[in-house]
Amino acid sequence: MAEIVTLAEAISATVHDGDTVAMEGFTHLIPHAAGHEVIRQRRRDLTLVRMTPDIIYDQLIGAGCARKLVFSWAGNPGVGSLHRFRDAVEHSWPLPLELEEHSHAGMANRFAAGAAGLPFAILRGYRGTSLAENTAGVADIVCPFTGETLTAVSALRPDVAVIHAQRADRRGNVQYWGITGVQKEALLAASRSVVTVEEIVDSLDPRPGAIVLPCWTVSYVAVVPGGAHPSYALGYSVRDNDFYLAWDEISRDRERFAGWLDEHVYETAVAVRGGGAAC
Amino acid sequence: MLTYSADEMMTVAAARSLRNGMTCFVGIGRPSEAANLARATHAPDLVLIYESGTIGAKPGQVPLSIGDGILAETADSVVSVPEIFNYWLQPGRIDVGFLGAAQLDKYGNINTTVIGNSYAKPSVRLPGAGGAPEIAAACREVIVVVRQSRRTFAERVDFVTSVGFGDGQGSRQRLGLTGGGPQLVITDLGLLRPDPDSGELTLAGIYPGVSVANVQEKTGWDLAVSHDLAEIPPPTEAELTALRELLLTAPGSARQTGAPAATSSR
Repeated sequence: MAEIVTLAEAISATVHDGDTVAMEGFTHLIPHAAGHEVIRQRRRDLTLVRMTPDIIYDQLIGAGCARKLVFSWAGNPGVGSLHRFRDAVEHSWPLPLELEEHSHAGMANRFAAGAAGLPFAILRGYRGTSLAENTAGVADIVCPFTGETLTAVSALRPDVAVIHAQRADRRGNVQYWGITGVQKEALLAASRSVVTVEEIVDSLDPRPGAIVLPCWTVSYVAVVPGGAHPSYALGYSVRDNDFYLAWDEISRDRERFAGWLDEHVYETAVAVRGGGAAC
Repeated sequence: MLTYSADEMMTVAAARSLRNGMTCFVGIGRPSEAANLARATHAPDLVLIYESGTIGAKPGQVPLSIGDGILAETADSVVSVPEIFNYWLQPGRIDVGFLGAAQLDKYGNINTTVIGNSYAKPSVRLPGAGGAPEIAAACREVIVVVRQSRRTFAERVDFVTSVGFGDGQGSRQRLGLTGGGPQLVITDLGLLRPDPDSGELTLAGIYPGVSVANVQEKTGWDLAVSHDLAEIPPPTEAELTALRELLLTAPGSARQTGAPAATSSR
């Protein structure tokens, strides 16, 4: 049952050292503010799961929160490398980072299997690639009906899913639209969840293409306007492409990155409201 | 006399490879630039599909990412990420997959994962697979857009992220890959196509002012030349004007200065 709380309360209640955490949002609706709160609460030894680690995990990795990364594409979209990710993989800084690497199709199906309560998913994929040799949780499987060899990928069952949405109502029903990514699957696959929202409204009027997550599937809702920045919330903000370009420089150097973290994460508390009703 | 850069020639050649009305699964960077150039010129009804789940996107500018808001706002349909891969890409509904590469071998296999002999200790860690393995497996054909150098065009890739013709013609059938594989590679020097018998990429076209020797020097295997080698016409004034207008609207300046696409950054 959803409780409407502050972001700090939501993260404190759900994300613990050593947990497997999926912060999803495919370019759109990336829960950056929640990622910053995890950094501020100095969580450690996390297994971070995300199709596109993006800037949000570059920051968590550089801040030393992660032990392992489960992912399918670790770049700064349209810009280039994620330098904190590369520094961790190539130089073990600030810590060694274990990798579990898939394709997008594989990750999407792994989340879907988790949401469906199945131990694995089936797809046509990975065959002939070096990924299959280097990643556990990828195996051939023979179709019992046709004899065709397909690929099985193990289900993802995160301890916590964290997503950002446009809005929720006062009972904690969540609504989001635009590029909807893999958030529904991630949230339904996880044991606990946090949803940050742009605003809370009295009731959710229908939107074309919107997904509604009923309040009884959500653990915590926190109001964080602009909580996706530099990603965006369609209808509320636009993607801050200039920040994605600037991140290339900020993140390239360890000291400059540390200074950025101090100024923009450790010394910043997000203005948040909580204490609302729940369903 | 028109002046243009090798990168502009490459993007124009890539745009020309797309036919009006095709469905095209677009990678970010230069493939996206070229696909949008095609839409702005000879192929207004090209159907652009991005892995963010935007089907029939009609951006008026080049998006920086595959998930910019303009893609969702202009799309015919927006679907979830599991759906775009499972219902749209996997069954073979898409005509052409348009990809970049950090490393490409003579059988058109693509590496976007690691450079170096060891996966665990790579000399360069690249972004990884993204949607490319299944795009390369399932689209009716694949077109690769990549700058040519000995380092990029390797005898064997260090890591097979996306399969082209595997170990040669016949590999795709053995692996059960349903799509047609890489039918065209567009570089900043010319065009390569697979030999129908061996699957090995051979030089099929060169740009004005480029010699066969130039291309062979920048290829890490003994590049064969097609018997009907074509000279590719230079960009027309209309193509160049459209391309430059398109890039003026692109976020940031990285693309305009010809920096490598995200998938091939070092």
